[in-house]
Amino acid sequence: MVHSINVNGTTHRVDVDDDTPLLWVLRDNLGLTGTKFGCGVAQCGACTVYMDGQPLRSCSLPVSAVGDARITTIEALAGKEAEAVQAAWVKHDVPQCGYCQSGQVMSAIALLKEIRKPTDRDIDLAMTGNLCRCTTYVRIRAAIHDAARTLEG
Amino acid sequence: MTAHDISLSRRNLLKGAGALVIGLSLPQAGRAQSGAAQVFSPGGAAAFAPNAFVRIAADDTVTVLVKHIEFGQGPFTGLATLVAEELDADWGQMRAEHAPADAKLYANLAFGIQGTGGSTAIANSFEQMRRAGATARAMLVQAAAQAWKVPAAEITVERGVLKHASGKQGRFGEFAEAASRLQAPAEVPLKDPARFKLIGKDGTTPRLDSLGKSTGKAQFTIDIRTPDMLTVVVARPPRFGGKVASFDATEARKVKGVVDVRQIPSGVAVYATGTWPALKGREALKVAWDESGAETRGSRELIAEYRRLARTEGTVAGRHGDAEAVLARADKVIEAEFVFPYLAHAPMEPLDGYLEWNGQGALARLGSQLQTIDHQVIAKVLGLGPEKVRVETLLGGGSFGRRAQPTSELAAELAEAAKAIGPNRPVKLVRTREDDLSGGYYRPLFLHRMRGVLKDGRITAWSAAIVGQSFLKGSPFEAMIKDGVDPVMVEGASELPYEIADFRCDLHTVDVGVPTLWWRSVGHTHTGYAVECFVDRLLQEAGQDPVAGRLALMGKQQRLATVLKAVADLAKWNGPGPVGGRARGVGVVESFGSYVAQIAEVSLGEGGEPKVHKVWCAIDCGVAVNPDIIRAQIEGGIGFGLGHVLYGELTLDQGRPVQTNFDSYRSLRINEMPEIEVAIVPSSEKPTGVGEPGVPPIGPAVANALARLGRERPLSLPMVGGSV
Amino acid sequence: MPGRAGAAAAAALLLGAASALAQSAPAPQPGADLRPASSFAGIADQRDRSVALFNEIGKVLLHPRCVNCHPATERPRQGDARRLHQPMVVRGKDGHGAPGLACATCHGKQNFDPAGIPGDGHWALAPAAMAWEGRTLGQICEQLKDLNRNGSRDLAAIVRHVTADTLVLWGWNPGKGREPAPGTNAQFGELMQAWVDSGAACPAV
Repeated sequence: MVHSINVNGTTHRVDVDDDTPLLWVLRDNLGLTGTKFGCGVAQCGACTVYMDGQPLRSCSLPVSAVGDARITTIEALAGKEAEAVQAAWVKHDVPQCGYCQSGQVMSAIALLKEIRKPTDRDIDLAMTGNLCRCTTYVRIRAAIHDAARTLEG
Repeated sequence: MTAHDISLSRRNLLKGAGALVIGLSLPQAGRAQSGAAQVFSPGGAAAFAPNAFVRIAADDTVTVLVKHIEFGQGPFTGLATLVAEELDADWGQMRAEHAPADAKLYANLAFGIQGTGGSTAIANSFEQMRRAGATARAMLVQAAAQAWKVPAAEITVERGVLKHASGKQGRFGEFAEAASRLQAPAEVPLKDPARFKLIGKDGTTPRLDSLGKSTGKAQFTIDIRTPDMLTVVVARPPRFGGKVASFDATEARKVKGVVDVRQIPSGVAVYATGTWPALKGREALKVAWDESGAETRGSRELIAEYRRLARTEGTVAGRHGDAEAVLARADKVIEAEFVFPYLAHAPMEPLDGYLEWNGQGALARLGSQLQTIDHQVIAKVLGLGPEKVRVETLLGGGSFGRRAQPTSELAAELAEAAKAIGPNRPVKLVRTREDDLSGGYYRPLFLHRMRGVLKDGRITAWSAAIVGQSFLKGSPFEAMIKDGVDPVMVEGASELPYEIADFRCDLHTVDVGVPTLWWRSVGHTHTGYAVECFVDRLLQEAGQDPVAGRLALMGKQQRLATVLKAVADLAKWNGPGPVGGRARGVGVVESFGSYVAQIAEVSLGEGGEPKVHKVWCAIDCGVAVNPDIIRAQIEGGIGFGLGHVLYGELTLDQGRPVQTNFDSYRSLRINEMPEIEVAIVPSSEKPTGVGEPGVPPIGPAVANALARLGRERPLSLPMVGGSV
Repeated sequence: MPGRAGAAAAAALLLGAASALAQSAPAPQPGADLRPASSFAGIADQRDRSVALFNEIGKVLLHPRCVNCHPATERPRQGDARRLHQPMVVRGKDGHGAPGLACATCHGKQNFDPAGIPGDGHWALAPAAMAWEGRTLGQICEQLKDLNRNGSRDLAAIVRHVTADTLVLWGWNPGKGREPAPGTNAQFGELMQAWVDSGAACPAV
C-alpha cells in the first residue's frame, strides 16, 4: 500500500508492502544509500537513522510503523555535533573499509547530543551496538573524545 | 617483483590510454567518491596521461589509478603517496580511483594477474608507482622547459608547483596539455630516500577516502541503482554440495515486486524491483534440494577424524634432525592439541555485484579482489570475449580475504543470474548476512598436535602434525602445492624462527565438501597460535621468561628479535606477572615478510571471560610508507584477530552452518577493544605487508597471558562460548 | 565436491522454504500449560492453597519471557537460552537504556518478526528493585508484595498490572523464535487473583 513518510524534511509517498523495513525504503525507493545494510536483525548498527531525533535501526522497523515520525538520514545531518563528529572522523582517519561508518557517525552524534563530555564507559554503552569488522574502535573512541573537546569550544 | 619486471613501454601506455577512453562512457553514479570522476568526464581533453596510473587534469588534480581494491587497507592513499612523492605533488591535489580490470596494465607484480592479497599492495607497487610519478614529473618539467625556454635541469618542483630561478612558475594543470604531447622518457631517476617528503613522514598523507566514508557519500556495490535494474537474491542449498532438484515459484511470483524466478547453477534466483520484494519472494519459494552429493559431516565429526589422523604419519612439510627419535626416548613428552574452528570473513558489506549486458558486451561492477579471474569468468559465462567485458572495481565494504576467490564464485553467480534472465536486464546481486555466514568459503577447520621435549631447560625436540583442508587444491593456484604440501596450510609451522635441534612438521590434507578460503593472514591464523602457545608453554615449563627465552632461541632471526625487544621496551616488560590480577602474554610472528611482536595485558572479566586491557605491538615492515595506515592496520589486525580467538566460530551441524547472523557469530564490539600502542621499527628494507601481519600474534599473546592467570592456554578456539 | 561421508549418505530430498529471511530461529513452541486456578480449590488450608497458587504463578515469573528483563545486574538476557543480551545494553537511568543506545533504538512498538525483534509500546527493563534473576520464588513473592520494591502497588494493582500491562501481555505473544510464557494471560490473571484472595501467602524463602 502507499505509505507517506517524512524523511529529511520532505514527505515521500512510497508504494511498498507494509512489512518493508524502513531501511529498504530509504535505500531502494528514496535512493538514500548512505544508510547501510549489514545484518537485517539490529545487531550491527550500520542502518542507524534518527526517528524524531533518536537513533533507530532502520532494518528492524517496518515502514508501516513510521507514522508521522520525522526520519533523518546521514545525508541530512546538520548542526554542531554533526560537524564536530565528522571533522573528528576525518582528522583521526577513523574509517578503513568505511561501510559501517555512517552508522557509527550517527550513533556518535546522538551520544554527544545527550552527553556533552562522555566517558569511555559512556562511549562503550552508546557505541556497542555498532559493529565494525575492521575494528576501528580505537579511533572511534579517540574521535568522539576529540569531537567533545571541539564542542566544549 | 623488482623494477625490471615493470614495463611502462610506450606501447602499453597507449593501450592504457585507450582502455581509459572506453572508461569515459561508463555510468558514473557508483564511482568511488574520490573526487576524480571529473577527470574522466567526456571533454576532459586536457588531461595528461603519462602512463596507465597517473592522470593530471587542467584543474590541477592528480588522479592515481589504483590497481588494487580499496577495502580499508589503504591502497588509495598508499599508492597515491608513492606517485605524489616522485611527482613532488601537493597532497591536497591527489585523488585516487580504481583502475579498470586489465591484466596487462594492472597486474599485481607478485602474482602476474590483477589482484590484491598476501599483503602485497605496497610491496609490489613501491617502485612501479614511484616510476609512474617520476615519469609524469619529468614530462611536466619538459613541457615547462619548452614553454619557458629554459633548460629542464634548471626547473624545480615543490608541492605541485614548477619553478625556475627566473621567477617563472606554474602549476601542473597549466602544463598538462603540453605534457600530453611529449613522449614519455624511457628512464627516469627515482629519489634518494633521504629526500622523501611524504613516504614515511607522519601526518603528511591523510587518507583520501576518509571524508566520503564519514559522510555516507562513499559508494559501494550495494549502493548501485540504475534504471530498470533488478535486485537478485539466490536461494542456495542448506548443505554444501546440494543441488536444486525442483522448485515451485508460484507463491514467490505472487509477491509484489517479484519479476521473475530462474534456476541458476548455484540455486534459484529471485528477481525483483527492490531488495525487500526479492527477499520476500525467496522466502515464499519452495525448493526441493538434492543432497545426494552434499557434505553431511559436522564440525564434531570432522574434529574426531582430524584427531585420529594427527596420530598417523603425514606428508613431511619440514624436518631437520630426528625429532621422532628424541621423542621416543624422552622421559617426558609435553603435548598439546589445538583445534581451530571454521571462521567466516563476514565483511560488513555482504558480497554483491552489478552486471549489465546487451548480448554483445557487458559491464560488471563489484568489489573485485582478483579482477583478472573475475573478468575471465564473467566473459566465459556470458560467452563473450574478454575484450567485450569491462570490469570496474568498487570500494569493498571489507573483505578479509573473502572477495578473493580463485573460483570467482561471486562473479560466476552474478553472470549466471544476468544470463538466466537474458540481455538488457541489469541485475544487482545481493546477499544477506545469513547468505554470507552460511555460504562457505570459510577459514578451514584445523587441528594441530604438538609434542615437545625439554632437556636441561632447553627445547630439544619439536614435532607438529597439522590436519586440515587445502583450498589451493583444485584451484588456479594449485601449482603452489609442492610435493604434496600446500604451503599456506603450514606457513609459520613447517619452519620455526626458533633454533631447535630436532624438528618435524607433518601435514594431513583432508577432503571435505565445505568450500574454504584464505582468511586474513591465512595459515598464520592457526600456525601462529599453535606455535606461539606451544613455545610459550615449553619455556614456562623450562622456567624461562617468555621474552628472554624466545630471544635465546632466535639466533638468525635478527629482525624478529628486534621487534620482540622493541615491544618489550614499549611495554616496559618486567615478566609476565600477574600483577594486580593482570598478566601479560607474548606472541611474535613473521608473516608476509613483516615481523610483528605483541604483548597483551589480560585479566579475567565478567563470567571469567578474558578481558584484554592493552596490547603493545612492534612491527618491522621495511620502509614504512604511510605510518598512520600501518598503525591503523595493526589496530584493525589486533581487533580482528582478538574478536575471532575470543568469540568466532562457524560450526557445522550435520553439514549445516549453525551461526547465521551476528547474534550468534559474535563479533568484537567497542567495549571489548583493548587500548593499543604501536611502535614501527625504522627500516630501510623493501616495504612489506601490513594488512595481515597484525592478526597472528594476538591470539597466542592472550592465551599465554591466561596461562599466567591460572588458566590453561585454550586448546580449542574460540576462548568464549565454544560450542564444539 | 562431495565429502567421503557425504557421498556415502543416501540420496536425500529435503522440501522446505528456501531460506529464512532473518535468523533461522526455531519455530515458536506452545508454552507449557498452567493449571487453572479452580484446580487449587481442593486444598483446604488457605495458606497452603495460596502458596500452591504462587508456585504455579512462578512458572510464569521464572520463565525466560519474564525473568530476562528482570535481571539482577544492569544487563538483560535474551532468548530462551537466557544468554546475556547482545549487544551489551544496560538498564540506564530509567530502564530504557543508555544515552545513544536506548531500548527503542532496536525495539519498536510491536514485534517485527522478519528481523526477529520483539517490541512493545514501553519496552524497558524492570527497575533493579524488581530484579528476579537468581532469586527464589519465595524471595520474588515477598518482593512482589513489598511496596518499596513493586512500584508502590497494592495487591489489586498488582493483579491489574499483570493482566493489563502490554509489556506483561507481550510474554504470551513474544514473536517468532521465542517460547511464550506458560498458559494464557487470562489463566495467569486468575491464578494471581486467586492467590490474592487466598491471602497472598509466599513460599518459604
